[in-house]
Amino acid sequence: MKKEIRRVTNVILLMFVSLFAASSAMQVFNADSLNNDSRNQRAVYDGYKTQRGAILVDNKPIAESVQTSDAYHYLRKYSGQEYSALTGFYSLYLGRTSLENFLDSSLRGDNSAQFFEQLNALFSGNPVTGASVELTIDPEIQKVAWDALGNKKGAVIAMDPTTGKILALVSKPGFDANLLSTHNTIDAAANYKNLLTAKGSPLIDRAIGGNLYAPGSIFKLVVAAAAFESGKYTPASTLPNPRTYKLPGTKTVITNSGESSCGGAPTVSISTALKLSCNIPFAQLGVALGQDAIAKQAKAFGFGDAVSIPLKSTPSVYPSNMDEAQTAMSAFGQFDVRVSPLQMLMVTSAIANSGVEMQPYLVDQIFTANLTLLNKSQPTELTRSISTSTAESLRRMMISAVASGVSSNARIPGVEVAGKTGTAQNGPNDPYTLWFTGFAPANSPRVAVTVVIEDGGGMGQGGRGNTLAAPIARIVMQAVLKK
Amino acid sequence: MARAIRVIPRKRNLELLMLLFGFGLYAFALSQVQLATILILRPDAWFYWSLPVVAALGFHFVLRWRASDADPLLLPIGFLLNALGIMMIYRLDLVKAATEDNSVAYRQVIWTVVAILISAVVLFLVKTHLSFRRYIYISMAVGVLFLVLPLVPVIGKSVNGAHLWVSIGPLSFQPGELAKIALCIFFAGYLTSRRESLSVVGRKVFGLRVPPARELGPIAFIWLASLGVLVLQRDLGTSLLFFGLFLVMIYVATGRVFYVLVGFVMFVAGALVASRLMSYVGGRFDAWLDPLNDALYQAPGGSYQLVQSMFGLAHGGLFGTGLGGGLPQIVPLAQSDFIVSAIGEELGLVGLFGVLALYLVLIARALRIANAHADDFSKLLAIGLGFVIALQLFIVIGGVLRVVPLTGLTTPLLTAGGTSLVANWIIIGLLLRLSDTLPKAGTVTE
Repeated sequence: MKKEIRRVTNVILLMFVSLFAASSAMQVFNADSLNNDSRNQRAVYDGYKTQRGAILVDNKPIAESVQTSDAYHYLRKYSGQEYSALTGFYSLYLGRTSLENFLDSSLRGDNSAQFFEQLNALFSGNPVTGASVELTIDPEIQKVAWDALGNKKGAVIAMDPTTGKILALVSKPGFDANLLSTHNTIDAAANYKNLLTAKGSPLIDRAIGGNLYAPGSIFKLVVAAAAFESGKYTPASTLPNPRTYKLPGTKTVITNSGESSCGGAPTVSISTALKLSCNIPFAQLGVALGQDAIAKQAKAFGFGDAVSIPLKSTPSVYPSNMDEAQTAMSAFGQFDVRVSPLQMLMVTSAIANSGVEMQPYLVDQIFTANLTLLNKSQPTELTRSISTSTAESLRRMMISAVASGVSSNARIPGVEVAGKTGTAQNGPNDPYTLWFTGFAPANSPRVAVTVVIEDGGGMGQGGRGNTLAAPIARIVMQAVLKK
Repeated sequence: MARAIRVIPRKRNLELLMLLFGFGLYAFALSQVQLATILILRPDAWFYWSLPVVAALGFHFVLRWRASDADPLLLPIGFLLNALGIMMIYRLDLVKAATEDNSVAYRQVIWTVVAILISAVVLFLVKTHLSFRRYIYISMAVGVLFLVLPLVPVIGKSVNGAHLWVSIGPLSFQPGELAKIALCIFFAGYLTSRRESLSVVGRKVFGLRVPPARELGPIAFIWLASLGVLVLQRDLGTSLLFFGLFLVMIYVATGRVFYVLVGFVMFVAGALVASRLMSYVGGRFDAWLDPLNDALYQAPGGSYQLVQSMFGLAHGGLFGTGLGGGLPQIVPLAQSDFIVSAIGEELGLVGLFGVLALYLVLIARALRIANAHADDFSKLLAIGLGFVIALQLFIVIGGVLRVVPLTGLTTPLLTAGGTSLVANWIIIGLLLRLSDTLPKAGTVTE
């Protein structure tokens, strides 16, 4: 029996070896992927072991962790709904969103900049305290933008076009993030369900493209840029100016907005067409340029790419494989062109900044609990999307659009404002999407603003970009210029 | 001369030394658990510490008195594993809500004392294990009775779909745990007496020597019995345990690989058919192959428990979170089937390796005893007792670690549960007796 017992011994050893190997695999080699599984509650509980850093605006917390006497030691508190699109929420049961998500490693104290603190924590047992993040947001501008939007659904973003520093970012309706950060499971789940189904979908961040919108006439800026960049057109180049226009290859007849005559002459310059926001000349310009040229310019502005500010924007879309009729429609921002407000703000800022697009950013600085600076943001160039002369041409056209064109409600006494309104159609009977994008002062820009209003601002098809969106932008620009 | 034998308790002194070390370790672990979970030292730790310690010390003196030459490692290892189990169960009790049953550790302590007492009584009464040879068929009857007892109406009880429990009045127990001892004795006795005929060389088929057909009767019977357990009691683990035990013992007795191969094929075939016919077996298979699949994770009776345990083990990593530092309570049934996952989370891979090493030494002692004995019955009994622990560990810990599909079995000596403790302490008692009766010549050379 000796031989048999030896073999059984080997079998038993083999069984143990398999257990040793399997436990090593699970506890060491696969541990990272298991620890990062979104269903793993332990990672979340661990997050409550240390005091999470605060998100600050002008040194005042808009999200902070306060001590509690319950098992989680810290509760996340939020200051108000006007910041909900920025902070998002940090919840035991629902995970984290927006800046709470994108800045998580800093707020948790887990980023590489805090390496020595982590090393110290390993030996001393004192947990690392999360780093705090100071945003670029100016609380006064944020408040003005939030109030100016009133009870309309939509978004406002304001940015310094020369640096990319975001001064205000508002999405309405907002939500109370405290409802989701509560440690009471049942409450948090019920509140989340309510917010998901609430009127106006408050959980969507409209500013960075939780929704993409048809841009309407503000897209004419991109088409005009494509025309000038092609070298074949100048602002003075003329286009045929009929009262009606049959889309190529179809029986569909389009008119200018409000059946306007667009100056009434047989031809019209690109400059005037933009000032008066005429669809027919731009439709023809689009067909003449071709979809590839427009697509190329859209891509140069950043269409198709997500931008990390560090909130992540939804990429804007300029469609491909269109026929001529669709290309004509796309040239005044209809058909399947879809944009985020942030993308249109970047287009506008490129024009304001002589063709150079700055990287938009929300984080000003990151510092530890004992106020050691970990990171201070510097303005960085993202790309040159148009030439200086194209930028200059577009700037002049936008100035006249406000001063003597259809974007008149953005006028600020004593300040030259450059801007463009848009009123995008959705379905035949659906309310319009209203836009304004522009900057001021036109010759030495300090602020660029993009406003979008969903659902026609509550006026169905009665509202216009100039009547509803432009005044909001004007108020925000004035608030910045007063500083 | 008799006096001379009594004055060399070298092994017992070694045992005492290791026991004292174990007592110290246990005290340290219990105080760590209290400090980490309730932040203070509470006097009730004395209860959890002193009762098992007194019982183990008592057993030690019984050994000095009645089995002074017994193996010195078995009792300390048994105590350490048992104590580690109580410590972990107590730790889980401390973080339970008021509505949950938080006296599991309390009962485990009482059962530990009872189990050690019973083991000592067995050691005391059984002067030599060879006397079991007279009760082979009684052992079989007892083993089979214990196996079918949970199926008897009125007293049988179904927990989580498996019929493993018997409850009479306030007492409930898992007779299957005790059946494994009775069947070990039966297999050892039966195979010893039938060894010659089972080893008879028959015809050669495909290069394998096939025994005469009539000798296949017992293996067919055990196969049917195992499948019966699987189908009627819905318990894959117990079924696999008995059949595996039988195959290994028949192999050791006869040296015929044929039995192992045929038995293995038959069992796998039977289990495959069962997995097609019974959704619970099939579900276990799916959860084993792809536990992180979200559909299986969400499904009732799916992979949720297994995945929570995987998260726990990953959370523990190499060195663990420290006692009281992890969240093993998230795993359902952490104190029973998943106790190794709780240990792995809080004591880390290092701690889990330690526990596995303790078992490995325990089993190695059983194999050593099997080797050292001269007669077939003793060899078979020792290897049976050692292997049944090894296989049970492999099935349950392998299930948690995804080596094999998860089946419900207790982790010997660690898991909360009275019957399991009693059964495994009886095994330790029998191994102690087996080691005490080794032929003297055999031990000198080791």
